Amino acid sequence: MSWAGWLRLIVVTGAVLLLEVLCRAGVIAKTVLPAPSVMAGDLYRLLASGAASADIGETLGNVAMAVIASILLGFVAGVAIHAMPRVRRALDPFLATYYAVPFFVFYPVLIVIFGLGAAPIVVIGTLFGVVAMLINTLNGLDRIPRVLLKTARVHGMDPVRTALMVKLPSAAPYLFTGAKLAIAYCFIGVIAAEFIMSSSGIGYSIAYAFNNFDNARMYALMLFIIVLVTVLNAVLFTWERRIMQRRRR
Amino acid sequence: MKANVAAKRDPHEEAGAYPAPAAHAELKGVSRIYGVPGHGGVHALGPVDLTLRQGEFFSVVGPSGCGKSTLLDVLSGLSVPTEGAVTFEGKPVAGKVPDGVGVVFQEDATFPWLTVWDNIAFGLRRAGVDPAEIERRVNYAVGFVGLKDFAKAYPVQLSGGMRQRVCIARTLVMRPRLILLDEPFGALDAQTRLIMGDELLKLWRETGATVMLITHALDEAAMLSDRIGVMSSRPGRIIEEIETGWPRERDSRIASEDGFGQITARLWRLLREESLKAAGLAGGGS
Ligand SMILES: Nc1ncnc2c1ncn2[C@@H]1O[C@H](COP(=O)(O)OP(=O)(O)OP(=O)(O)O)[C@@H](O)[C@H]1O
Ligand SMILES: [Mg+2]
Repeated sequence: MSWAGWLRLIVVTGAVLLLEVLCRAGVIAKTVLPAPSVMAGDLYRLLASGAASADIGETLGNVAMAVIASILLGFVAGVAIHAMPRVRRALDPFLATYYAVPFFVFYPVLIVIFGLGAAPIVVIGTLFGVVAMLINTLNGLDRIPRVLLKTARVHGMDPVRTALMVKLPSAAPYLFTGAKLAIAYCFIGVIAAEFIMSSSGIGYSIAYAFNNFDNARMYALMLFIIVLVTVLNAVLFTWERRIMQRRRR
Repeated sequence: MKANVAAKRDPHEEAGAYPAPAAHAELKGVSRIYGVPGHGGVHALGPVDLTLRQGEFFSVVGPSGCGKSTLLDVLSGLSVPTEGAVTFEGKPVAGKVPDGVGVVFQEDATFPWLTVWDNIAFGLRRAGVDPAEIERRVNYAVGFVGLKDFAKAYPVQLSGGMRQRVCIARTLVMRPRLILLDEPFGALDAQTRLIMGDELLKLWRETGATVMLITHALDEAAMLSDRIGVMSSRPGRIIEEIETGWPRERDSRIASEDGFGQITARLWRLLREESLKAAGLAGGGS
């Protein structure tokens, strides 16, 4: 492991240990925050009992649907907008300020349109993820070196082959970055939406536990989400870096 | 070695169709204006009249930004001339790169997601060449450009000069009848430049291809070429064509011949004023 890697590990472990000591010593009250070791124990029991399995499954299912929709829609829209420079110029300010819009204000509208099921949750998740994919698709297409497109023409490649064998691989690192961000944003969108507009899922469970003073369950689920998202992002980040390294010149 | 490269594909050769030097590619009154003519458009090239003779080694020299790469784009069919006509092997070139034309670009055109070997095989695979034949030709080409030890490397692991050699190999394996090279040795050190120049001459002799080499090195042009076209500052026109008179069997040692110095001196005399103009120092000194 690199020097920075060790440092990172030390910082994280140190923080957790410090928290543990503060909780055990009673500096932080048990009612405010259980010690990390207690949280981990609670999480283990919760997972083992299967009491949270349905909620976890539901949330992961919603995130998966939102991720797939974000990546597909974002990619297709990105390709289409890239092909229409005028449309793109008109849309640019919207794309640039997109993430300044608090989508949750649309929550009543979405419930009216989609009802109370999973649909409005997935829609919110998709709203969060889709533009990250779109922007990175545009970025990747912009950065295809012109000389590679010329090379394709010298080899007499038709537009479809050029797209599949030159444009796509050339833009791939950016598409990957878009997908990575879309996954992170979809998690945020789905869990936040479950907090306010659902009657199931991890977000809802956390809110429910909070309202019922069930600290053990609430912190266990929070820990679960944090560990899950951290591990997922670490994997994607490492993978992305490996792809990018091959490109750096 | 000879058997590997020697292209027995030239239809003219088989038919014994060309007596003395025939026109292989021709530009007639070709101009290229980028953007809208008259409305801030850039007149990059022309008008140019140029005939590349069958099997000759032709070099183009000219001040920087004079339209050399534009000339290559138009001649290869990558770009449509604003005015004038281009023909290759008697057929008009219109917005499409004809079969038999190979191009090595000035910029790095390696595909970063493919290994050196796969980069070189790229065109052959597109053309649906038999895998055993691809294997044979690519292995030969990898050795030819001195990248045997790097066949499995990715372009990011190579220096700029090595990447340019990958592009040269990728073009050569296609056995083009007309090879257009845009400053292919620009990123190479002086010694490698000489060696690659000699290798290019050897290949040119063995394949009988017509070569157009764009270069900014006057000695390189003088050393390698049968004929040299000297371009004016932008908009680039051919202001003079110089015959070197070198024998077909030649290499870089020709630089020690008497005529060599005269040719480079003449090139420099022609180019000095144009280069000053291109650098915005027109009329400077005498
Ligand atoms: N796509 C383009 N759009 C507008 N202007 C262009 C374009 N390509 C080239 N030009 C202009 O045309 C002129 C000739 O460019 P070109 O690249 O052909 O010159 P060059 O002789 O190859 O230059 P260098 O020696 O630097 O390689 C330059 O002034 C350049 O700015
Ligand atoms: Mg150029």
